[in-house]
Amino acid sequence: MEQDISTAPVVPDSTQHHPTGLYLKIWGYLFLLSTLSYMVDYFHIQGIMRPTLIVIFMLLKAGLIVSIFMHMAWERLSLIYAILVPPLVLIVLVGIMSIESDYVFWTRAIFQGGEG
Amino acid sequence: MSHMMMESEEHREATQAMRDIAGDWSADQEVFRHTHWGKAMMWFFLLSDTFIFSCFLTAYMTMRSSATLPWPNTAEVFALTIGGQPIPLILIAIMTFVLISSSGTMAMAVNFGYRLDRRKTAALMFTTAAFGAAFVGMQAFEWTKLIGEGVRPWGNPWGAPQFGASFFMITGFHGLHVSCGVILLLIVASKVLRGDYDRTGDYSAVEIAGLYWHFVDLVWVFIFAFFYLW
Repeated sequence: MEQDISTAPVVPDSTQHHPTGLYLKIWGYLFLLSTLSYMVDYFHIQGIMRPTLIVIFMLLKAGLIVSIFMHMAWERLSLIYAILVPPLVLIVLVGIMSIESDYVFWTRAIFQGGEG
Repeated sequence: MSHMMMESEEHREATQAMRDIAGDWSADQEVFRHTHWGKAMMWFFLLSDTFIFSCFLTAYMTMRSSATLPWPNTAEVFALTIGGQPIPLILIAIMTFVLISSSGTMAMAVNFGYRLDRRKTAALMFTTAAFGAAFVGMQAFEWTKLIGEGVRPWGNPWGAPQFGASFFMITGFHGLHVSCGVILLLIVASKVLRGDYDRTGDYSAVEIAGLYWHFVDLVWVFIFAFFYLW
């Protein structure tokens, strides 16, 4: 730690050298996951399975893009946390707005006869 | 025994990672000095962009769940008739594959950039830009088709008037990002081809442009799931 502070090289410590096959493999997975999520619609999957499958495929795709294509898996933990933790507050926004939309829906249904 | 050793090894790695974080933030210098400054700045820009797109998607969620009229069926709205058969969402599926392919070629471009392979990097970046332009072209086609069918930001023939507002806002802002990305890629690719980065031996600009491009693909993953499939 001490010599880390005193010498403090300003050069970036890692260039991203990874085998080409890794990118091709991830590319293949992304194609597969996109096909699967399209299939959810194509085969008219309904009920609770529909949002569940859509969200699972979406999160897997997002994870692969961020971690491998955007090299997040090999970044320093300081950067990873600085980028990936702040968006978590959006959960609060989504929570508040879903309560609000429920209120707006019933206001329209009860007082405006379903208009608006 | 070996299991316990592996566990303690993992524990040591975890504590080392935590020490690194503490060191980065308390070293009385720039926190992200280990990262190329341009890359860190691009990540912060993308973080802010994440919030912008999240606000759009949250607004869409709010509008959709507060709409009293039925939401138009996206599978039918975005269907194309090919060979006399309507295929649901086919144009959106093709757009998704085009954008994913562009992400793949971009990742390969970054890869060859770090191997200092000037020609392959430039070629792959131009391919990425071509995929991006194709995507924007298909989006323009989609907009034209929907506007022709009477979709407006304030109404449409099929149901909830909020549909048009969400559609034009979200896909329009994403399309703007793709268009900017194509321009950025063309600029960086021509600099690669000219040999600008060979003089310094530093191909970080390719990776930074790549980050932006992958982000555009990432946003599309969420739009595809929430707007088109949901």
